[in-house]
Amino acid sequence: MAAELVNVKGRTKAVSSIWWKVPLWLALIITTIISLFPMYWLFVTALTPTKDTIKIPPDIIPVNASLDNFNRLFSQAKYYSNWAINSFVITITITVFHVAFDTLSGYAFAKKKFFGRNVLFWLVLSTLMIPPHVTLTPLYFVVQNFGLRDNLLAVIMPGTASVFGIFLMRQFIQTLPTELEEAGRIDGCSEWGVFWRIIAPLSKPAIGALAIFTFVRYWNDYLWPSMVLIKAPSQTLPVGVASLQTEFSTDYGLIFSGASLAALPMIIFFLLFQRYFLEGVRMGALKG
Amino acid sequence: MAQFDVGKIPVRQVSTGQRIVLFFRKNSWGYAFVLPSMLTFAIFTFFPVIWSFIISFQDFRPRGGTTWNGFDNYVKAFTTQNNVFVTALKNTAYYAILTVTANILIALILASLIQPLNKYAQTFFRAAYYLPAVTSAVIIAVIWRWMFNTQWGFLNYLLSLFGADAVRWLSDPDIALNSIVLSTVFTAPATGVVLFSAAMGSVPKDLYEAAELEGAGPVRKWWSITLPLIKSTTLYVVVLYTIASFEVFEKVYVMVPSGVGDSTQTIVTQIYQMLYSNLNYGVASAQAIVLFLIIATISVFQFKFLRSDVEY
Repeated sequence: MAAELVNVKGRTKAVSSIWWKVPLWLALIITTIISLFPMYWLFVTALTPTKDTIKIPPDIIPVNASLDNFNRLFSQAKYYSNWAINSFVITITITVFHVAFDTLSGYAFAKKKFFGRNVLFWLVLSTLMIPPHVTLTPLYFVVQNFGLRDNLLAVIMPGTASVFGIFLMRQFIQTLPTELEEAGRIDGCSEWGVFWRIIAPLSKPAIGALAIFTFVRYWNDYLWPSMVLIKAPSQTLPVGVASLQTEFSTDYGLIFSGASLAALPMIIFFLLFQRYFLEGVRMGALKG
Repeated sequence: MAQFDVGKIPVRQVSTGQRIVLFFRKNSWGYAFVLPSMLTFAIFTFFPVIWSFIISFQDFRPRGGTTWNGFDNYVKAFTTQNNVFVTALKNTAYYAILTVTANILIALILASLIQPLNKYAQTFFRAAYYLPAVTSAVIIAVIWRWMFNTQWGFLNYLLSLFGADAVRWLSDPDIALNSIVLSTVFTAPATGVVLFSAAMGSVPKDLYEAAELEGAGPVRKWWSITLPLIKSTTLYVVVLYTIASFEVFEKVYVMVPSGVGDSTQTIVTQIYQMLYSNLNYGVASAQAIVLFLIIATISVFQFKFLRSDVEY
């Protein structure tokens, strides 16, 4: 009786698993192809000489692949290397400040007792609901009228800390045992020493997630940089790539060589640190 | 007994000066640690938000001569250029309803589909769905603009294989906004998949076993156990996607830079043009405040609607 039951159960399981597995894998593979196809098409178009991009049927596999578009990109879009340098300067500077400022204040909000702490924290947190577009007008006015146009600082300064980063670091540091800090103080650490030698090393997972997301966010940022970086040599990659569209309207090979080079660092970065990205999303680190 | 009377213990008087010193000794490190980020926050968020609110009630002149004008900017925000902002509001709402619904459903389904797989396959698919999300919205828009090209675009080539006529994806005012929606729907909802699959992974296994004993099939288990148990994640993801869709900008602005008539205007493209092209600070601020009010109202509503249930 018992053996029969097991038998029946085993059979239905085997049947149902084949019944489910084929459509399941099919659905997963199809959705993956649909989702990744635009990324594939980006690189295919970049490698296809422009005269071959405008033909029917298109080459699904780049049979005429060459680096010709990239050569033309660097000779014709003469500020491309400036854009890349600007993007790196802005993104790295912002990430360094971001991590430092957000970790310091996250620690203070999590562990330090000071007058007005909770009021301040809720005040900061309440602005999360306000879309950043509300601040555009006054900031744009200041940039326009105080000679900050085309100055990288106009993009860097507003990005040196974020409410989200403060919140993330606070949530993480709150979970660290307070005994460790006390032990540090007893062993003669200064307040700064407690932060630098105990809190910062223990917060590495959260700092890593925050750094990754800050980097991606500002590397891809468009709206504000496009408003304040007007002259071509001062622009960033997203702003520059968008401008390639107007400058080289139908030269898709050239536009796509520029776009693919701008996308490549983030793709490599993602493939290398994929685990931390996905872990970071789970910490609640990014929309997108 | 009398010697223990608390009231008679002499209390040393503390002077105001000493009190200030004590206050700082107690609080100074906390203040020092929050100071840098609070300065950034005050200068670039808190102060501009208040200033923007003030500007929205002013006839703002950058070179001096600013005057108050009550609700004029708010009236103008809606009526200027043949009510284009009203169209933009409708377009944005249309975009938001379609993309949020589709994204949530697709994310739920994809997360459920990868759930029975082994750890490595799960990681692979999550990463595959996440990859487009690390690419700039500008670049994604550049790609889709090319795929939507009427003459040489990939989509019309696909359609031609089935004998269909070419579609003017981005130049027909009746289609353009739908094309933008399509490009969003066809990009896997990366954050949603990752968050849902994390939430589904933490549902206790014995609940499923108990349901199996009572004869529940996979769909029944999904509906009666998985969905109710991940409700707080669903709430979070819905709010996240709703806010993002109301702030849609890059995709639209890069795919159709000058718009297809008014049919592709959204709230943020309007704010951008009002500020960047027209230098109309007052109306731009008013429109940004309207965006804030919409997002705040919807978020509050979503929290009320999706939260009120039993906690598990």
